[in-house]
Amino acid sequence: MPDTRTIRVGAISRVEGEGALNITVRNGSIVSAQLNIYEPPRFFEAFLRGREVREVTDIVARICGICPVAYQMTAAHALEKALGLVVPDGVRELRRLLYCGEWIESHGLHVYMLHAPDFLGFESGISLAAAHREIVERGLRIKQIGNRILEVLGGRAIHPINVTVGGFYRSPRVADLMSLLPDLKWGVGAAIETFRWAAGFDFPDFEADYEFVGIRHETEYPMNEGRVVSSRGLDCPVTEYEQHFAERHEPQSTALHSVMLPEERPYLVGPLARMNLCRQQLSDSAKREADAARLEQPCKNNYKSILARSLELITAFEEAVRLVEGYRTEPSPSRAELVLRPGEGCHATEAPRGLIFHRYRIGDDGLIAEAKIVPPTSQNQGRIERDLAELLPGILEHDDGEVARRCEHLIRNYDPCISCATHFLKVKIDRE
Amino acid sequence: MPKPRLAVFKFASCDGCQLSLLDCENELLSVAEAIEIAYFLEARTRQLAGPYDIGLVEGSITTPHDAERIREVRNQCRFLVTIGACATAGGIQALRNWGDTAEYARHLYARPEYLSTLSTSTPIADHVKVDFELRGCPINKHQLLELISSLIRGRAPRTPRHSVCVECKRRQVVCVAVARGTACLGPVTQAGCEVICPAFARECFGCFGPKEQPNLLSLGVRYRADGHTAQHLTRLVRSFNGYAPEFRAVDSILREES
Repeated sequence: MPDTRTIRVGAISRVEGEGALNITVRNGSIVSAQLNIYEPPRFFEAFLRGREVREVTDIVARICGICPVAYQMTAAHALEKALGLVVPDGVRELRRLLYCGEWIESHGLHVYMLHAPDFLGFESGISLAAAHREIVERGLRIKQIGNRILEVLGGRAIHPINVTVGGFYRSPRVADLMSLLPDLKWGVGAAIETFRWAAGFDFPDFEADYEFVGIRHETEYPMNEGRVVSSRGLDCPVTEYEQHFAERHEPQSTALHSVMLPEERPYLVGPLARMNLCRQQLSDSAKREADAARLEQPCKNNYKSILARSLELITAFEEAVRLVEGYRTEPSPSRAELVLRPGEGCHATEAPRGLIFHRYRIGDDGLIAEAKIVPPTSQNQGRIERDLAELLPGILEHDDGEVARRCEHLIRNYDPCISCATHFLKVKIDRE
Repeated sequence: MPKPRLAVFKFASCDGCQLSLLDCENELLSVAEAIEIAYFLEARTRQLAGPYDIGLVEGSITTPHDAERIREVRNQCRFLVTIGACATAGGIQALRNWGDTAEYARHLYARPEYLSTLSTSTPIADHVKVDFELRGCPINKHQLLELISSLIRGRAPRTPRHSVCVECKRRQVVCVAVARGTACLGPVTQAGCEVICPAFARECFGCFGPKEQPNLLSLGVRYRADGHTAQHLTRLVRSFNGYAPEFRAVDSILREES
């Protein structure tokens, strides 16, 4: 009789969206480890057809309440390429500042409220706060400053309203941006403290043979622009993205699953990938902290993504200070005039969770004829399952609750956004 | 006296409205002391069983499983509040209600048979009794705090039912419809957003849904006279709150005046 063991996690917590994990173990060997993404599909790419070009940035924001700017930035750039629009001077810098705001808000939330509790033995940031209130308050203030950038520049933190194809509806007032400076400067120091705090955590000894994928830019840490590169030598313009990556539909998931062609292999996007691909472009303080902590290069331990996120917090705050101090004149006009014509355009940017790709085709009637959106979490899904399969043999000696806890911790390394991927987790382990 | 118990439930949505609770950075830790956050998957692993005093429901009903689950949620909650446009009006995903969901699934998924989805996205109130609704796409976090504190004190939450227009006048924001000829939904949309769109020189696009007795017909006549097409106006209304009853028939209302 086969030795069967079943472990279930009904709904994975401290992630965005709904999913489950199904693991089957037979005679002590892992038969399968699958993410079951049961978040209901919402069909964005289908109902975008027939909508107006100017509506797209408002609609795609609603894919995700945590990273709406990633969707807005990627869509705006792709549609500008389709229309041949050139944005006015100053818009590029303001868009980078807006993205800094989203990275700060999203990383602040994940580092302090979702991920750190795993390392410190708490079930939530709320419980962590009961024991270490001043630490959680620092995290919440970091997050709040990210949200303030989004409010001043975007109108509100969740689903900003000031982004449009061609630029912004209204340029922010110089005085309003300047008012952010004291908080941004405090944020640089707080982000450095965040990194030093996280660098003291006890990291599981777990490395994987990742292929890191992300955007790389000649002179900046990647956000809005760059080429698609991998740690195994891929280097192509975003227009060739679809020649190298494809989506697959697995039965356990309402999220499509991305693979790298031609071998159909999984790959990793996100903060750890970006840090490994672009470490020299981190801000000066971030580089100095990484070196002082002797952070390995490349780092193949995704539990240390919390360190990558912290270094990116430092970088985003220092970038924000630089961009605000350099903001002397309000772009006028604040946006390029929208002249509709048929065309096609694609773009990729770096969402807090990794590379995001959009492609749009505009029809003869000036409306959206086709939309394709590839979020970070669906690209990481294959890699999450591979990690689980590699982690599990070493932890099966523990009881089911402990196995499930460790699996969830591994999954949270990815900061998965299931609402984005459609889209996350029940852990169910069948031991046959 | 035991602390009131709060639960947060998610259906089809972007997570943005429940994130609004975590976005109350200055108040979150005080809220967590005043009430028991008993069930909130996005924020904590510990899950306490019901019943709950306050249930916040985000998202719309789009699958057969969720249509069952919302009944269980209702049974667990003494006071059930929908938060946001998805839960209150079906959300942007309710655009499928005018489309062909089977075609949508074939368009996007290689194996549509793997999906279990309803052909419609419907508000929570279509399935169970709702005690209060918070509007917005996303909700306003100040309204959320007002809701929680008023429920703890046993009084009705104070949220305005008048239009965005009233707020614009009160804040002396230049009218984008009059000054720029932009088709703006401010006259028919409920206040609550702090009029950010007109303040950023763009039209209101209806995040907070219909105000009491909105007059779409009259607004349509005016905007058509300004040169806006019925198709444009229909799209403008048919978005995040397009399936709200007062907005649902916008195409036939616009046909009526032409």
